Amino acid sequence: MSTRLATGGRLINKSNTVKFRFNGKHMRGYEGDTLASALLANDQMLVGRSFKYHRPRGIVAAGPEEPNALVNLGSEGKFEPNARVTTTELFDGLRAESQNHWPSLEFDVGAINKHLSRFLPAGFYYKMFIHPRPLWKHVYEPIIRHSAGLGRAPKARDEDTYEHFYAFCDILVVGGGVAGLEAARAAALSGARVIVLEQTAHWGGRTPVDCGEIDGSPAQTWIDATLAQLEGMENVTLRTRTMGAGVYDHCYVLGSEQLTDHDPDKGGPRHRLWRIRAGHVITATGAIERPLSFAGNDIPGVMLAAAVRDYVVNFGVSAGDRTVIVTNNDDAYLTAFALKHAGLDVPAILDARDLEQDSDVMAQARALGIRVMMGHAISSVKGGKRVTGVTVCAQAGEGAVLEEIDCDAVAMSGGWSPVVHLWSHCGGKLTWDEANACFSPDPDRPPKGADGGQFVSTAGAASGTFQLDDALNDAFAAADGTLRCLGMRLPREAKASKGSRRTEAPMAPVWLMPQGASVKLREKAWLDYQNDVKVSDVRLAAQEGFVSVEHAKRYTTLGMATDQGKLSNINGLATLANALGEAIPNVGTTTFRPPYHPISMASIGGEARDAVFQPIRRTPMHDWHEANGAEWEPVGQWRRPYVYRRGGESTHDAVSSEVKNARENMGLLDASTLGKLIVKGPDAGQFLDMLYTNMMSTLAIGKCRYGLMCNDNGFLIDDGVVARIDEDTWLCHTTTGGAESIHAHMEEWLQTEWWDWKVYVVNVTEQYVQIAVVGPNARKALEKLGGMDVSKEALGFMEWADGEIGGFKCRVYRISFSGELSYEIAVDASVGLAFWEALMAVGKDLGVRPYGTEALHVLRAEKGFIMIGDETDGTVIPQDLNLHWALSKKKEDYLGKRAHLRSHMADPNRWKLVGLETVDGAVLPDGAYAVGTGKNDNGQRNMIGRVTSSYYSPTLDKGIAMGLVHNGPDRMGEVLEFPGTDGKTYSARIVDPVFYDKEGEKQNV
Amino acid sequence: MSDPVSALKNAAYASGISTITELDLKGMITLRGDINSRGVQKAAVDVSGAKMPAPRHCVIDGDAGLAWMSPDELLLMCPYAQANATLAELTGKLTKVHALAVNVSDARAVFEVRGPHAREVMAKLSPVDLAPDQFKTGMFRRTRLAQVPAAFWMPEEDVFNVVCFRSVAQYVFDVLSVAAQPESEVGVF
Repeated sequence: MSTRLATGGRLINKSNTVKFRFNGKHMRGYEGDTLASALLANDQMLVGRSFKYHRPRGIVAAGPEEPNALVNLGSEGKFEPNARVTTTELFDGLRAESQNHWPSLEFDVGAINKHLSRFLPAGFYYKMFIHPRPLWKHVYEPIIRHSAGLGRAPKARDEDTYEHFYAFCDILVVGGGVAGLEAARAAALSGARVIVLEQTAHWGGRTPVDCGEIDGSPAQTWIDATLAQLEGMENVTLRTRTMGAGVYDHCYVLGSEQLTDHDPDKGGPRHRLWRIRAGHVITATGAIERPLSFAGNDIPGVMLAAAVRDYVVNFGVSAGDRTVIVTNNDDAYLTAFALKHAGLDVPAILDARDLEQDSDVMAQARALGIRVMMGHAISSVKGGKRVTGVTVCAQAGEGAVLEEIDCDAVAMSGGWSPVVHLWSHCGGKLTWDEANACFSPDPDRPPKGADGGQFVSTAGAASGTFQLDDALNDAFAAADGTLRCLGMRLPREAKASKGSRRTEAPMAPVWLMPQGASVKLREKAWLDYQNDVKVSDVRLAAQEGFVSVEHAKRYTTLGMATDQGKLSNINGLATLANALGEAIPNVGTTTFRPPYHPISMASIGGEARDAVFQPIRRTPMHDWHEANGAEWEPVGQWRRPYVYRRGGESTHDAVSSEVKNARENMGLLDASTLGKLIVKGPDAGQFLDMLYTNMMSTLAIGKCRYGLMCNDNGFLIDDGVVARIDEDTWLCHTTTGGAESIHAHMEEWLQTEWWDWKVYVVNVTEQYVQIAVVGPNARKALEKLGGMDVSKEALGFMEWADGEIGGFKCRVYRISFSGELSYEIAVDASVGLAFWEALMAVGKDLGVRPYGTEALHVLRAEKGFIMIGDETDGTVIPQDLNLHWALSKKKEDYLGKRAHLRSHMADPNRWKLVGLETVDGAVLPDGAYAVGTGKNDNGQRNMIGRVTSSYYSPTLDKGIAMGLVHNGPDRMGEVLEFPGTDGKTYSARIVDPVFYDKEGEKQNV
Repeated sequence: MSDPVSALKNAAYASGISTITELDLKGMITLRGDINSRGVQKAAVDVSGAKMPAPRHCVIDGDAGLAWMSPDELLLMCPYAQANATLAELTGKLTKVHALAVNVSDARAVFEVRGPHAREVMAKLSPVDLAPDQFKTGMFRRTRLAQVPAAFWMPEEDVFNVVCFRSVAQYVFDVLSVAAQPESEVGVF
C-alpha cells in the first residue's frame, strides 16, 4: 500500500495539515503536497477508470505527463473537470471526484467493457457503427458518449475572473530547472531582458531529486544562489506556476499563469495569460520518462520510476512497501537507492539489458543488497485494482514465467524523451538519437523567423543532454548562441557552471516486454493509458494498412487524449515502426501543436466577459432611450432603439403608432450612428466619382445627393447622402454598419491605388449627434425653437445649411428617408442630449414622438427606398434594384463599372426589385421564396424570387413587401405563391415598390 | 446653448490597484497632411504652441500640445472651449497647402489611469511594451485597448491619459476597472 513516510519530503510542511475530500471521503495531507502525493499518502491507489474499457487506473507520473489521474475539482462556479492530480496543488477544503465511472469508482458497471476488449479493437467504432447511418446519431452516439467520457462539462457560470498580460523581452527561458536557470543567468549577465517561466511552484526541476553537484556544492545550494542572483537583477523577471504553453510565429509565446488555483480564497484573477513577444526563446523544458510496454502495465501501482522517487524525496510518500523496478537504463537505479534510503524494500531490479560488465549503479545496488536480474523482464503484472506482484520472464523470450515476485508497486523506466514540444511548435525539426533511443531537437534545422534567423534554442535535457555537466554546458552555450543571434555578447569573464557526471552504462531500446510477447500479453500492454490504446491496436492498424503515423494515430486514437500522448507517442510510433519493419526515424512523429498542456478556455477569453464581453457603442442619447422604453436592436456594435414602448403597448402597436405619428405629426430619430466621413482635397471630386456610381464632383456647394457605392466586383456595398461642403470638401454619409468599413475602403484605395491623388479622409461619425426631425410639424418645431431660416425657400429639399437652432450650433440637412418633410440636424455630441431634449420639449404641443429603427424601416419601405443589408446581401447590383438612374453614363470609370459589363451581371434573367402585396393583406414572411413551375436537379421546386423586406404598413393597413423576382418589373399584377415555414402558402401580387406618395410631394414642402 | 457634457460625467473607480477617472472634455483637432512639410509643421507648431513631436511621441503641456498619430496625421490638443477657434486659426494657416483639419473633441472620451500599478493595468489591455525604460513620459502610442482603438501617453510617471471614441467610453471605463481589480497586481514593473 502507498503511505506517508516518517521522514523525507523536501517540498512539504508537516506542521501544517491540510484537509480535503476525495469522492466524499475525508483525507489529510500537508501544505506543499500535490493532490497526487496526498492521495498516495492516503493509500488511494485507484483514482479513476479508463476511457474505453473502464479499467481501474492509478497515478503513473508526478508531472503534467500524467495520463490517468484526472478528477472533477470543486463544484458549482468553481467546478473544473479533467484536473490532473499531479499538477494540482493541495489546499484546505479541496474536493475532488474521480471521473468516468458509474455508479462508483470501486464498482463500475462499464468495466464490463474490459471483458469485451477483444471485441473493441482499434477502429471498432468506425467499423461497427457505420451502418445503418441514422442509428449513429440517434442510438449509438448517445450511448457511447455516456459510457466513454472524461470529466463532466461545467454547468454553472464560472465565478472566477481571468486576464491577459502583454510582456516583452529579449530572451524568454521556458523551464526553471537547472538548465533554465543556467541559461537565464548567462543571458542576463549580458544585460538582456530575460523572462523565465516555470510551470511548477518550485525552481530547480528534478535535479534536487536526482542528486548531483554543481560548482562543487549540492545542486540545491547552487539553485538557491542562482535564484538569489537572478532575483537581484533588474533585467530579469521570474514567474513560477506559469507554463510556456505555445510558441508561435514571430517569437510570440503564450504563458499560462495559475494565480489562485492553489489558494482559492485569494482575490484577483484565477489565471493570467501571458502574451509574450520575445527576441528569442530558450526551451529548457526537460525530459519525460517513458513507460515500458508489458502486460498489466496499467494496473494501479505501476508507476514511472522517476515519479516513484519524486514522491519519496519531494513528498515523503511511498508508492508501496515492496517495489519491483523494471528498466532498460541506469537512471531507474536511482529510484532503488531512494527507496532503500527511505527504508523500503526493493525485491528486485529487472534490467532488460544484457551488458558485458556491470555499471557503477549495478554494483551500488548489489552492495545495498538488491537483487539485480539482468536480461529479465516482466511477463505480466498481477492484481486488479492494485498491484499484488509480478511474474518474471526473460526479455529475449515470449514471456514464459520464470518466477513470481510479490510486490505492491512497480517502478518502470523505458528511457527518457526530451520535451521537444515548444521547439517543434514553429517547425523545429527532430533527429533520432540512437544512443538514448529518443527524438532530440536537430540544431541544424531550428524554427526560423521571417528574417530566416533561428528564434528558438533548447537547453539541457530538452536538447537531449541528460548528464548534469552536459546539460549545464548546453544551457550556457544556448544562452551564448542566443545572445549572438540578438547581436549581444556575454561578458568575457562569464563561465558555465560546472555539473558533476555519473558513469553510466548505455541504455537499450525496449519497445515491447518481453520482446516476443504473445498476443495475449500484447493485448494487456498499454501504450496510451488515457485513450486505452494497446500494443495490439497499433499492430492491427499497421496490419490494416495505416502506414502513416498520422493516420495510425487517428485510427487508434493514440496520443489524442488530453495528455496529447506525452507518455505514449514514442512507444507508439516505435511499435508502429516495428510492425511495419521500418526504422523509427523513417516513421517519424506526429505533429506537436500548442498548447503543451491544456490551458483554461477562460484565460484565452481573458477579461472579456459580462459587461466587457464585447464593446457596446452608445450614442449620447443612449440613457434617455433606455429611460423611455427603448427595446434595443444591435446594429454593428451599436445599440439602437428598435421601438419605444409606452405604457402597456405591445411592440407591434408601438411601431404602428410611431409610423403614423411621424406621418401625421412629428417624429424624432436618433440617426447619430450613421457614418460621416469628411473627404477633402484637390482630387476629392475625382475620388468620389470613382467611389460612387453616380456623379459627385458636379454637386453644387450647399446641395445633397444620394449615392451608391459598389465594390470592384460591382456589388452594392453602401449608400447614403453626400453633401458638398466647399470647393474641395465633401461629407459622405454611410450606413451605420458601413462607417468604419467604408472609411477603410477609402483609405485602401487612396493608399494602394491612387496614392498620388491629393485627398484626405477623416471619420467624424462620433463628433456629432444627428437627429432626424420628421413629419408635417417638423418645420414648426424648429421655427418655435428659433434661429436659422428653415423655410422651403431658404433651405430646399436636398440642401444643407449651417446655423443655429434654439441656441445650438448645428448643420441642417433637408434629406428624408421617410418620405415626409424632414430635417437631419447635426450638433456637437457633447450637447446632443440637450438638443434632443429641447426638441422633445418644443414638440410636446406638436405631437412629437421618437421612433426607432423598426418604424424607420416601415417608413422607408412604404416609400420603396432600399436598405443596404435587406435589399442587398453582397450579391446584388444596382441594376437589380432598378437603380440605373444612379449609374453615371458620363463617367469614364467608377468602381464596379467594368464588373457590370460581365455577362452574368448584364444577364436579363437576374432577379429584379418589385413591390409585393398580399392578396388578403397578410404580412409575407421575410425571406420567403416564390416558387415557379417544375423542379430542379435536386428535386426541389424551382424558385423565381424572394422577399427582401416585409412589414405591416400602418399607413396602408396591410402587409407590404419588397422582393427580387425573375423578370419582376415585366410581371406587374401577376400573383406569386410564397410557401412559408409555417405550412401556409402566401399569395402576393407584384406591384410598384413605392406604396406611398409616389410623386414625392410630402417630403418636398 | 447647453453646457457640453463628457460621455460619463467624470465617472471614477477607486477601489482597485489603480484609480480610473473619466477626465473632462479635451479640445482635439485631427490634422491630416504632409507633416514633414514646412507648411504643415509651421501651422501646427504655431497654433498649438508646442514643438513638433518625433514619431510615436507627443509634446503636451496641460491641455495643449501635439501628438504624432501616423506619418500623415497629428493630433492637436487645446482647451475644449477653444477648439473651434483653434481650428479656425489652423485652417487659416493651411489655406495654401493640401491638408485636412477637423474638430474631433466631441468624438472622444479621455481617461486617467493613476497609481503605482498603472503600467500593469495598461499592459493587461494593450499590446505595448510598458517597461519603464521602454515607455516614458513624452511617448505616445496609438494602439488597441482590449477590443477597441485607443491612444495614450504618460503626462507623468504612474499616470496614463487614455483617449478613445466617445461611443465606447463605458466599455473603456469598465475594462480599465476590470483590469485594475483588487489583488491583481502583476509585480513586474
